[in-house]
Formats: sequence, structure tokens, C-alpha cells
Amino acid sequence: MKLLVKLSHRSRPIIAEVVKDTGVLINVDRARSDAHEGEEALVDVPDEFCRLISEKMRGLGAEVSILEEGIRHDRDECVDCGSCISVCPKEVFSFNSEWELQVETKRCILCGRCVIACPHQALSNNEI
Amino acid sequence: MDKTIDEINRRIREGSARVVTADEMPAIVSELGEEGALKEVDVVTTGTFGAMCSSGAFLNFGHAEPPIKMERIWLNDVDAYGGLAAVDTYIGATNKSVTRAESYGGAHVIEDFIAGKAIELRAQSSGSDCYPRRNITTEIRLEDLNQAIMVNPRNAYQRYDGATNTSDDTLYTYMGTLLPHSGNVTFSGAGTLNPLCNDPALRLIGSGVPILLGGAPGMVVGEGTQHSSAGNFGTLMTTADMNDMSTDFLRAAYMYRYGPTLYMGVGVPLPVLDIEVVRRTAIRDEDIPVSIKDYGVPSRSRPLITQVSYADLKTGRIELNGEEVRTSSLSSYRKALQVARTLKQWIEEGQMTLCLPTRRLDPSKQVKPMRETRKVALVQEIMQRKVVTIKEDEEIPEAAKKLLKGETNHLPVLNEQGRLVGVVTTFDVAKAVAHPERKVRVKDVMTRNVITTRCDEPVDIAAQKLDHHRISALPVVDAQNQCIAILHASDLGKLFKPGGQGA
Ligand code: SF4
Ligand code: SF4
Repeated sequence: MKLLVKLSHRSRPIIAEVVKDTGVLINVDRARSDAHEGEEALVDVPDEFCRLISEKMRGLGAEVSILEEGIRHDRDECVDCGSCISVCPKEVFSFNSEWELQVETKRCILCGRCVIACPHQALSNNEI
Repeated sequence: MDKTIDEINRRIREGSARVVTADEMPAIVSELGEEGALKEVDVVTTGTFGAMCSSGAFLNFGHAEPPIKMERIWLNDVDAYGGLAAVDTYIGATNKSVTRAESYGGAHVIEDFIAGKAIELRAQSSGSDCYPRRNITTEIRLEDLNQAIMVNPRNAYQRYDGATNTSDDTLYTYMGTLLPHSGNVTFSGAGTLNPLCNDPALRLIGSGVPILLGGAPGMVVGEGTQHSSAGNFGTLMTTADMNDMSTDFLRAAYMYRYGPTLYMGVGVPLPVLDIEVVRRTAIRDEDIPVSIKDYGVPSRSRPLITQVSYADLKTGRIELNGEEVRTSSLSSYRKALQVARTLKQWIEEGQMTLCLPTRRLDPSKQVKPMRETRKVALVQEIMQRKVVTIKEDEEIPEAAKKLLKGETNHLPVLNEQGRLVGVVTTFDVAKAVAHPERKVRVKDVMTRNVITTRCDEPVDIAAQKLDHHRISALPVVDAQNQCIAILHASDLGKLFKPGGQGA
């Protein structure tokens, strides 16, 4: 499951601490640092530890939210061209046997490449 | 046993014609043989759905009161052509809106018309005795127009090159997003379903032949612009009434950092007259070669990277220099199928009969490049030959002095052999001064990944590099990577001064 973690600039190395305390391995998909808003990370944790990790992180002062939906796909705008397929680093997109676009949103790490690549503005995401 | 077009049309009218889509033909021919297929199949329908920039429509608005001869015309703030009779215009697909986001263009006006939306028409005139009015602003819908006739100068390319990018930067092109270091391959066209791929000798496709265009019954006008059938790059000029079109088969699009374009659905039905037609329409994806070109080289003749087929491309991966690279299309195969199947249905229901070209397209035509009478401006014409450089082992204060004295913001950094190894800017030096801990020498603060130009590079390409990397100077290097000059963004202005080259 993907968690969006917001940290303030002065916070402790929260992700490292949580890994050390719980022994659960966390994958950092993306991280961003902004002068005003602080740091933000998209992390991937095994589903069964999602609650434990969220609570630990909150306890250490981070804002944590579950990323329910990665990329948003507007079926009406989509023409099934496939321009999004080869630019996605996580292989979120594929065709089924009818040449219809399939979207596995759960794998998305919100890099935003496909949003730019789609000629029909059929893709959007929450900026990280 | 050849068939005549009249015979086929009789069967269509009787409802007994056997119509198949072009992707079904290879299997039919291998099952029944060529003779068998000729007997069995009367019509093969083709189809494609992809970006076709060279599209647009003639519109007639009817006269206003008092009347106006529209000389400058905007539709939803997209410039339309004003050089026609009083209330006629041509709107091209790729023009960008002057006020809206650049992702809105002529293609979107066309789609909005077809979707039934109201469009703002704004026009200006200098006025004449017969047309006294100077300007007009009004809202119109497709149904308010006398004519809305789509005439597309270039549609349905016989085939397309595929694209990859060997450069270090992501490129945003009409072939979509191209990742650096050949990170992906993009292609276009429907392969086995492509209309002209099924009639490369242009026996059946020519002027007057009925087609599906944007969901409407239309026809081929003649050869398209840039038609080059001798090299298998034939194109078609097409027309149909916008009133009969549907957004199922026509979609406005926007290619990031390229501009608006129109996705068109085009399909041509082919009468199966003889063995030759059977043979041609039996073409498979495997038989259609696609050259993968390097878009990292900004030139008309882009280097060929490899040759593959549509069958290879459609698997989603091809091999490039021993590595597996993902491929994806810009055009929609699903929509292309929908075009071919809709045409099939029209013909099965007797809504469309076929005819042979009233004028054939030239199968031997070859496209010419532009004749250029003025040579293109090169970097050497505007670069500054006097360039202040610094050695990588010098200390920061020395760089600061040179920057001050040289009245420049960029110092190319050279190694012992005099080769370019980096660049330092005023900003790098200021940063080093603010944090002097370990940054004592030029090589500690310089940027190592320097973007350079060469003296024989066209100025436009250098300008594109400055733009792309958001930098303001390019060291000019020779073949040995010696820094021989520098080109500042401000030097570009020289081209437009009196006595300058470009203007
Ligand atoms: S945002 Fe990035 S990871 Fe997510 S679907 Fe788009 S390209 Fe893939
Ligand atoms: S690029 Fe856009 S229109 Fe094309 S398949 Fe992907 S989501 Fe659909």
C-alpha cells in the first residue's frame, strides 16, 4: 500500500526510525523537498503493516495519508492510443486483447510523465 | 475470374456482398487461397485513427446586417484564415488560441463544433462601400453555418517512421514524449489496416473514391500534400461534411510542447476486383517495415537506428542495441478497427457503394525538400571569439576576478590539455564565497555536464539548446573539445539587427 508522508524540515529521520523500530522494510517511491512546504515522500509498505507504520509515523510528527488512487484515468477522453504506455516507469498501462487501455493505478508512483504524454488530457494525478 | 465494380455494387444493393476488414484478409487468403478469396470476398475495409495535423475546414457563416467582409477572423480566439470571400474562412487544426491555454487550438474548435457547442466568432474588417461593417462578435453553432466542409490537405499516410531519442534529454515531439538514451520507441499508424498499405500501387484509391472521414461519408479529393508514393509515403487529400461527423471518430489533441493537433478516423473500402487486390489486401503487420529514426538529431534526415515491422512494434517491446525497449503507439488501433468495422457495416447495409478513381494518384511521385536560397545562419556568425576561460585548478578569487573583468556570467573551465571540462557562473562563485569550507578551487564548484555548440551548428539549434536547458550561454567547441568561442543568449539578437544575417 502506498502512503503519502509529509515531514517538516526540522523533523527527525522518521522513516529510518520507523524501519528500525518495526523491522518493516519501507520502499521510498518518490521524495520531494520544498522550501515552503517541507518534505514529502511517497512510500510503499506491505498492506498488513500499513496501520502500524502510519501510527508510528504520526506519533513521530508526520502527516500520513493513504494514497487510494494513483493516476486518474478519464475513460471518455481516452482514445486508447497508447501514448502513455512506454513512458511509464512502473508499467501501469497496458492493452487488453481488444486494444483497450488497462490501468493498474496501484502501481503508480505519481511521477507525472504520462500526464504530459497523453495527447487527450485523459490522465491526471495529485501532484507530489 | 475478375469482378467488375458494377457487379460488386449490385451485390451491395442486394445486401449479398461479403465485406471483411483488412485485418481479417490474411487469414481468409491462407484458408481459401487467392482464387477462393477473390470469389468469396467483395469488399475489404481499411481504417486508421491518429494525429493528422494537416486537417481543417471551410466554413461559411452567411451575411450579417450590415454586411462585413471579414479580414481577420478568430473562432474561440483561434486565428482562422481571412483571405477568402467575405464570410468564408478556413480553420486549420494546429493554430493555437491567442488567449486560452496553448493546449486549445483549431482542432478543438472543430471538435467543439461537432459536439454541438457554441463558438465565439470575432472578426474585423477595414470596411468597403459594399461591406461597410468594421467588426462583429457573435456566438454560433454548427447548425447555424451554411457550410462546414472539412478538407484535409494531408491524411492517412501510407506509413510512418517510428521514433526514439539517443540524446541525454527528454524530447517532446509530434511523436510524443521520447525518453533520453533510447528509453522508449513511439510509432503511429494501424499497420495491416492502413488504407494505402492495402493499395500501394494506387489502383483503387484516388479522386472521387468514397471513404469514412471523421465518422461521415466523405471522399478522396486526390493526392495529399507531401504525397511520396515512390518511397511508400503516399498521402490523401480528403473531404466530408462536418455536420455528419461524430466525436467518436474525430478528437482534438494536444502534444505537450508541440501544440494542438487533430486525431482523425479515416477509412477506405476497397473493391476486390482481381487477384492483385486479394494479394495486396492480404498484407500483414509482419510485412510492413517501419524505420526507427533518431529524433535526438534535429535534422531533416534523422539517422536510421533500426528497421522493424508493425508486428514487432505491437508486441510492446523491441530490441535496440541489445537492450529491450518499450514501444507504444500514438494512434489508436482500437479506433482504427472501429473505423474499418463501421465502414463494413455501412456497406453491408447498402449505405455506401463503391467506385473507381475518376483520376488516379501518381504512384511514382517523390517528395522534394525545400529549395533554400539563403543559407541558414550558423553559430560562427554570431559567436564571440574573444572568450575568457579559466583552468580547473585555479582558485575561486581568480574566477571572480575574471568574471568581473570579462564582463561575462560564464567562464568555460579548461583542463591541463586545454580541453573544456566545465563551466563556472557568477552564481557558482557567489555560492562558493558564501560557503568557503571546502570549495577552494574552480573544479570544486564548476558544472561538469556542459552543454556546448559548434561553430557550424545552425543558430536555431543553439537557441533551442539554450531554451531547453534554461541557460544563457553555450561554449563553442571544436572537434578536440577545445573551447574556441562562446555564444550568449543575447548574441541571438544580432541576427535581427540591420546588416544582420537573418531578418
Ligand atoms: S504518474 Fe508516472 S508512475 Fe504513475 S502512471 Fe503516470 S507515468 Fe506511471
Ligand atoms: S495516452 Fe491518453 S488517450 Fe492515449 S491511451 Fe493513454 S490515457 Fe488514453
